[in-house]
Amino acid sequence: MADVLPQGQSPFVGGAPDQHYTPQIFSKRASADFAKATFMGWRRENGRVGVRNHVVLLPLDDLSNAACEAVANNIKGVMALPHAYGRLQFGEDLEIHFRTLIGIGSNPNVAAVVVIGIEEQWTKRVVDGIAKTGKPVVGFGIEQHGDIATIAKASYVAKKYVQWATELPREECPITDLWISTKCGESDTTTGLSSCPTVGNMYDKLIPHGIYGVFGETSEITGAEHLCKERAASPEVAEKWYKIWKAYQDDVIEAHKTDDLSDSQPTKGNIEGGLTTIEEKALGNLEKIGHECRYIDALQPAEAPAKGPGLYFMDTSSAAAECVTLMAAAGYVVHTFPTGQGNVIGNPIVPVIKITGNPRTVRTMGEHVDVDVTGVLRREMTIPEAGDALIDMIIRTANGRLTAAEALGHREFVMTKLYRSA
Amino acid sequence: MSSTKNGDGRIPHVLAHSPKDNVAVAVIEGLKADTDAFGVVTENNESFGVFAKNDIPIGHKVALTDFKAGDTVIKYGQDVGRIVADIAKGEHVHTHNMKTKRW
Repeated sequence: MADVLPQGQSPFVGGAPDQHYTPQIFSKRASADFAKATFMGWRRENGRVGVRNHVVLLPLDDLSNAACEAVANNIKGVMALPHAYGRLQFGEDLEIHFRTLIGIGSNPNVAAVVVIGIEEQWTKRVVDGIAKTGKPVVGFGIEQHGDIATIAKASYVAKKYVQWATELPREECPITDLWISTKCGESDTTTGLSSCPTVGNMYDKLIPHGIYGVFGETSEITGAEHLCKERAASPEVAEKWYKIWKAYQDDVIEAHKTDDLSDSQPTKGNIEGGLTTIEEKALGNLEKIGHECRYIDALQPAEAPAKGPGLYFMDTSSAAAECVTLMAAAGYVVHTFPTGQGNVIGNPIVPVIKITGNPRTVRTMGEHVDVDVTGVLRREMTIPEAGDALIDMIIRTANGRLTAAEALGHREFVMTKLYRSA
Repeated sequence: MSSTKNGDGRIPHVLAHSPKDNVAVAVIEGLKADTDAFGVVTENNESFGVFAKNDIPIGHKVALTDFKAGDTVIKYGQDVGRIVADIAKGEHVHTHNMKTKRW
């Protein structure tokens, strides 16, 4: 058993090179006094602070992806966000679609937005929603103009926007301006022992200073629902949360299951990593909300928090890209993502920070890891030390360090769809 | 299971969350059958030993007690599922002998 504890990897054969090879940065422990920690962000027209400065081409619908991607090809430094939906949706499903698009455009990591839709009326609804933030936004409908004329008009605007946005200065902002979301993926038993409690420790330290937090993954609380209910800030919030959780059990799982879900929850990756049941997975999952903080509201998918600073629950899928997209649409600007087996997800507008405690994952796919907490399993690092390391990485990321997912080009943008379109 | 304080800084082979747990998780790669595994309970730093009777892949569970079909598995001090095939202390616990109580 002498050689089963790989350490000190070369950056070229795995490992988490940034963490291991930039000790001069790591020694500046910004987290030593959380309340005084600052970062350089962009304060937007509505007062919210972004940590990225994207100019976004936002398609209203699947049909408009091609025009948005053409503009992003014409104009450098702008980004198209193609997605699969937006036609003939109705009811709550349509509401989530609009809320997500408007929320993504409104996110303070976005400086300016060009919306393109197949027709002008729904396009205008998204533009008007984003315009409430005060940021530059314009929309174009394709019908009666065609792709080529639309692309030309949108390209002129996108060029102006990106030249304007790239001159916006950053300013020093208190850490309390950060909205930090969390969701884990490809979890295993090491996430419950190390990376999820690392996020929980970060929340226990930062929530009292006035940041916004959010967790979700409705189905993956199954087995820990009694503990989650107890963590609500009031009986009313607990009941609101429980209704959301129970509705998913009754209306979705019971209505649609063809077996005991053991082919889906836990996932094949979870099982490879040693997780056997949803209960076991849920208890590890819930470690992400720490032990001190309590959630003050239960949000609908993509709903912006409205009760002030604190921890929130959001009703989301447990699929990584769907969940992170909804949290980005609610206005969160940095995402903390514990993984065990090595989920590689990113998001186009929100930096996704990967934390793992699994030494095999660091060894075999360390290029995806931002914060290596394998020391927790070796009992060489405490959870509070791991929490400090995460806070350091959050501040470095807010200051501009690209996450592993950003550097590797992961831009998973996935709309939540509730049911078949009309 | 003999129990002492984890004062010597040894790197554990397995970790349990709670003293109530009847399974522990392999936290190193290459834990082989017929190994006297060194374990720590993270909640209270108590150490323990368990003799692994199977290879236990990293992240997978080892039984800390003998189980009969129908028994409840405790992890995090909580009910995490039921045993569906008898298991001896030191054996591998996973989908072949343990199931959810939900869904």
